[in-house]
Amino acid sequence: MRHLQKTTKSNFITYGIVILTAVIIQILSSAGAVSSLIGGLLVPLCAYMILAISLNLVVGILGDLSLGHAGFMCVGAFASAFFSKMTAGTMPDGLRFFFALLIGAAAAGLFGILIGIPVLRLRGDYLAIVTLAFGEIIKNVINVFFIGRDSSGLHFSMKDSVALNLDSTGEVIVNGPQGINGTPKDSTFLIGMFLLLIALIIILNLINSRAGRAIMSIRDDRIAAESIGINITKFKLMAFSISAALAGVAGVLYAHNLSSLVASPKSFGYNMSIMILVFVVLGGIGNIRGSLIAAFILTLLPEMLRGLSNYRMLIYAIVLILMMIFNWSKGGGRLKEMVAERLRGLRKPRTKEVK
Amino acid sequence: MALLEVKNLGISFGGLRAVNAFEVKIEKGQLYGLIGPNGAGKTTIFNLLTGVYKPTEGIIKLDGADITRKKAIEINKAGIARTFQNIRLFKNLSVLDNVKAGLHNNYSYSTIEGLLRLPRYFKVEKEMNEKAMELLKVFDLDKEAEYKASNLPYGKQRKLEIARALATEPKLLLLDEPAAGMNPNETEELMQTIKFVQKEFEMTILLIEHDMKLVSGICEEVTVLNFGEILCQGETKAVLNDPQVITAYLGE
Repeated sequence: MRHLQKTTKSNFITYGIVILTAVIIQILSSAGAVSSLIGGLLVPLCAYMILAISLNLVVGILGDLSLGHAGFMCVGAFASAFFSKMTAGTMPDGLRFFFALLIGAAAAGLFGILIGIPVLRLRGDYLAIVTLAFGEIIKNVINVFFIGRDSSGLHFSMKDSVALNLDSTGEVIVNGPQGINGTPKDSTFLIGMFLLLIALIIILNLINSRAGRAIMSIRDDRIAAESIGINITKFKLMAFSISAALAGVAGVLYAHNLSSLVASPKSFGYNMSIMILVFVVLGGIGNIRGSLIAAFILTLLPEMLRGLSNYRMLIYAIVLILMMIFNWSKGGGRLKEMVAERLRGLRKPRTKEVK
Repeated sequence: MALLEVKNLGISFGGLRAVNAFEVKIEKGQLYGLIGPNGAGKTTIFNLLTGVYKPTEGIIKLDGADITRKKAIEINKAGIARTFQNIRLFKNLSVLDNVKAGLHNNYSYSTIEGLLRLPRYFKVEKEMNEKAMELLKVFDLDKEAEYKASNLPYGKQRKLEIARALATEPKLLLLDEPAAGMNPNETEELMQTIKFVQKEFEMTILLIEHDMKLVSGICEEVTVLNFGEILCQGETKAVLNDPQVITAYLGE
C-alpha cells in the first residue's frame, strides 16, 4: 500500500534526524566544541524530548489534556534512583542501569494505570485540572518519605530521619525533602539518545497499528468509536499508561544524571508539566517530529543566547511567537507548504485537491 | 424466526415519555423503514437498539439472543451496526483508516505484535487493507482512500459511514436518515446503493428517513411513529395511504 509506505518513510526520516543529531553532537563534544554549560544540558535535553513525545501521545493522539506529566517522571526518577542506591556495588553498572530503567518505567506505568482508571472518565478541562492535582500530590508525597537501611533491614517513616531509628551501620536512602543523595551517574548523552530512539519507535509503531487507529478514532468521535465495537476504556488506559511509562524512562535518565535528586517544584512541579506541554503545543499537537524539534530548540536556546545577557528572554519570546505563527496560523500553514514544496523541488505535482 | 424482535420497548427521560410500547419484527434480509414527524422518537429507538440509551422497559432480541441493556460495544459485537443522523466520521483519519477502524474486531493482532512489527502485523495489516479497499470499491470510494475523511464531499461522507458500519460485519444495519441533505440525484444514487448492499451483503436494513420517495421506493415494510407511539405498521404502500398517517404528516 502506498499509504503505508509513505508513513513508514516519514517515520524513518524522523529516526534518521535523531541519529544524525546524536552523531553530530557527539562529534562536536568530543572535539571540545561544546561548552560545559551546554554539555551539562545534553542529558536533560534527551529527557525533555522523551517527555515531549510521550505527552504528545496523550494530548495529540488520544486527544486528552494532561497536566500531570512531571508527576510520572517523578515516580520513574525516584523509583529507579532508590533501586540504584540500594543495589550500588552489587552488580555491574550497565546491568544496574538497565534494571533501573525497567523499574522506573514499570513504576510510572503502574501509576499511569492507577491514576488513569478514575481520571480518564473525565474530559477536557476537568481532566486537565485533576491530572495537574495528581502531579502535585505525587511530588508532595515523595517529599515526606524517609527510608533508611541498616543491619536489621529497611526502615520507613513519614516524620523525619531521626524517627527511622537507624543503628550505627545505618544510612538514610530517601531523606524527605532532601531527596536521594549519591545516585550513581549512569546517564550519558548517547544512552539518552538511544532511549529517545526506542521511545520514538514505540510511539510511532503504536500510532500506525490497530491499537493506534482505535486510540485516534476515540479522539475523533467517541460515540462512533463505541458503535463500531472499540473498547474505549481499554485503549484510553493503554495510551495513558504507555505515555506514563515513557515519562518514567525520562525520569530515570534525569535522576541518574544528578548526584542529588530532590522532588522540588522546579524539576517535578507543574512548571515542568507546563513546559512539556509547551513543547507539544509549539511542535504541533499530534506531530511527533515537531515535539522533538520544539523541545530541542527551547531547551538549548536560553543557553546559546546567554552571551546576550538581558536580551536573552526577549529573543526566547520572539522565537516562541514565531514558532506559534509558523505552526498554527493559516498564513503560517501556507508558508510551511511553500517551504515543503521548495524542499521537494518541482518534480512532484501538488497533492490532489478533492472536488 | 425474525432477526430483530422488539417487544413493548419504552423509555422515559424524567417526566417525558419519549418512546412507548414500541414493537417491531424484522425478518432476515428485509429492508424496513421507520418514519414519522420530527420528534416522534425515531432516533431514540435507534439509540435504544444500539445501547446508547438503556430502555426503561421492554425486550430487544437479535437472532434469538436477548441484547436488552447490553453495552454499545457488546451490541455491535452481537451484530448491530449503525450510521448517524449528523455524520460521525473519524475526521482526521484517512478514508481507508476509517474503514480499517471498522475492521478492528474482525482482524486482530496484539498490541505487542504491532509495537515490535512482528510478521503477523504485516500479514494482518495487508489483509485489512485488501478487505477495506474491497469495501471502498463497492461504494466507489477507492480512489479517495488516502484523503482525510473530512475532505470528502457530503454525499461520499455518508457512503463512507455506511462502509465503516459494514466493515464490522453486522447482521442488522441501522441507517439514520441516510438521504438527509442530499439532492434528488444523490438520493437516487443512494437508493441504488442501499438496494445493492441489501442484495450483495444479504443485509437486513432498518432505516429512518423523511424522503418519502426513498421510503416508498425501497422499503418493503414501514412503521410510522407519532409522539413516541406506533401509529401504523405494515406494508409500505398501504401504510403511506392510510388517512391517519397523512393527517400526522400534513395535519387535518
